[in-house]
Amino acid sequence: MAVVGGTAPISTTPSSSTGEVVEYAQWRSRLLWYLTTCTGLGALVMLWMVLFYAGTDATQGHVQRIFYIHISAYSGGSVVFFVTVLAGVMYLITRNLKWDRLAVSSVEVGLPLMTVCLVTGAAWARPIWNTWWTADPRLNGMAVMWLLYAAYLTLRGAVENPDRRARFAAVYGILAFISVVYVFLIPRVRTDTMHPVVIGPSVSNPAAEGGFEVRVEDRMGATMGVAMIWWCTAALVLLWHRVRLENLAERVRAFKARLTN
Amino acid sequence: MIVKPPSFFQAMVRIAAKDLRAEMRSRSLISAMALFGVLTVMIFYYTLEGRPDLRAEALPAVLWVTVIFAGTQGLGRSLSQEHDRGTLDALLLAPISRSALFFGKLIVAWLFTLTVGVIVSGTMLILFNANLSNLGWWLMLLIGTLGFATMGTLLGSMAIHARARETTLPIIVLPIALPIVIGAVNACGAILEGKAFSEWSTWAGLLASLDVIFLALSFLLFDYVVEE
Repeated sequence: MAVVGGTAPISTTPSSSTGEVVEYAQWRSRLLWYLTTCTGLGALVMLWMVLFYAGTDATQGHVQRIFYIHISAYSGGSVVFFVTVLAGVMYLITRNLKWDRLAVSSVEVGLPLMTVCLVTGAAWARPIWNTWWTADPRLNGMAVMWLLYAAYLTLRGAVENPDRRARFAAVYGILAFISVVYVFLIPRVRTDTMHPVVIGPSVSNPAAEGGFEVRVEDRMGATMGVAMIWWCTAALVLLWHRVRLENLAERVRAFKARLTN
Repeated sequence: MIVKPPSFFQAMVRIAAKDLRAEMRSRSLISAMALFGVLTVMIFYYTLEGRPDLRAEALPAVLWVTVIFAGTQGLGRSLSQEHDRGTLDALLLAPISRSALFFGKLIVAWLFTLTVGVIVSGTMLILFNANLSNLGWWLMLLIGTLGFATMGTLLGSMAIHARARETTLPIIVLPIALPIVIGAVNACGAILEGKAFSEWSTWAGLLASLDVIFLALSFLLFDYVVEE
């Protein structure tokens, strides 16, 4: 489910110079709350499918259920990090600070999702690989990615001039996305990672595709599909709320500036 | 008199030559970086005292930890000096392409980092009794420091505008330097064990592709970093 209005409200940018009150179109707010409700109920459906509908994996047992969360959290995270890239490029082209607000919002939504991916991954690896963490190429990439986006937020905090901050953040957000692409591609093109490829083909390493029933078992496949859709939707809904918060903060700043002048 | 603006290559070489000449006169930066490098190797030497078995294994780690930290320090200092003296603003006014400016700066940063790497290797040769006759070691140093210097120059140009420069630069550079460290340490470790090229070609390939990606992205993005 694509959230069509995911980036919509930022077009009603509050004018920062005058601080005038800009209301969002009513249908947009309605759509957002409708989506939020659906996402909230969808969480229950997803959890029900993960816990009861999908069935227990023959070899890994209950631990395998973590996959439904682990992979889809990564998908949601990479979708919003791609939004960071788009917002960065759009900012560099248009120089409209609304794109910068979208960029910072997307990183703040994406980073927790990637943290979910890391934590669930470690929890899965402990019983299956017998270690929480190992220097596997894909895991290394994940660590680098997490640090990069954390550094993105630090960089923003350290630059005071808003235009300069937006410019630097756009550049850094584009650079950081290399890590997302790397993590997605690495087990598909190389043979020296033991991380499984759960979805889609692995060009050079068919062994990494593994015998996961996700590929052959309909119920597991359906659960994975629903989980992926849920996490991507939840990411975009969260992003939408976060952008609204950022717009509100901008309005407060503008009011403050008007009061002090 | 009309002075013709220099070509891309000329501008790049002149900027690099200017920085090198300034450094040759003061020698403040390279001496600080070299001393920092030697000190770090000494620290490793004494912290690993009594564990000669570990010392031999630790060589690639010592090299790259030292190069990355000394490099971050040096790059930060060289760029903030230019910023504080207003040289950077003057250079931005010059009728040359921003990319020429970037590559000029990059050459100098690369030379400095490489020098630190060579000094550190030399120190390890004496203190750790390392056998560094393999050409692969120096090749990895060459391409590893290139990628690091590229990102250091790009991100260092951002960090000079940050509130707490000294802490911001490492925080934004080190995550990007991490893949270089991973590749270089693995390659250097295999080289020291005398393994064939096929054993570490993956890591060399990683370093080379990182260099290409970093150079291409810096070429595209540097203009946005220094505009104003």
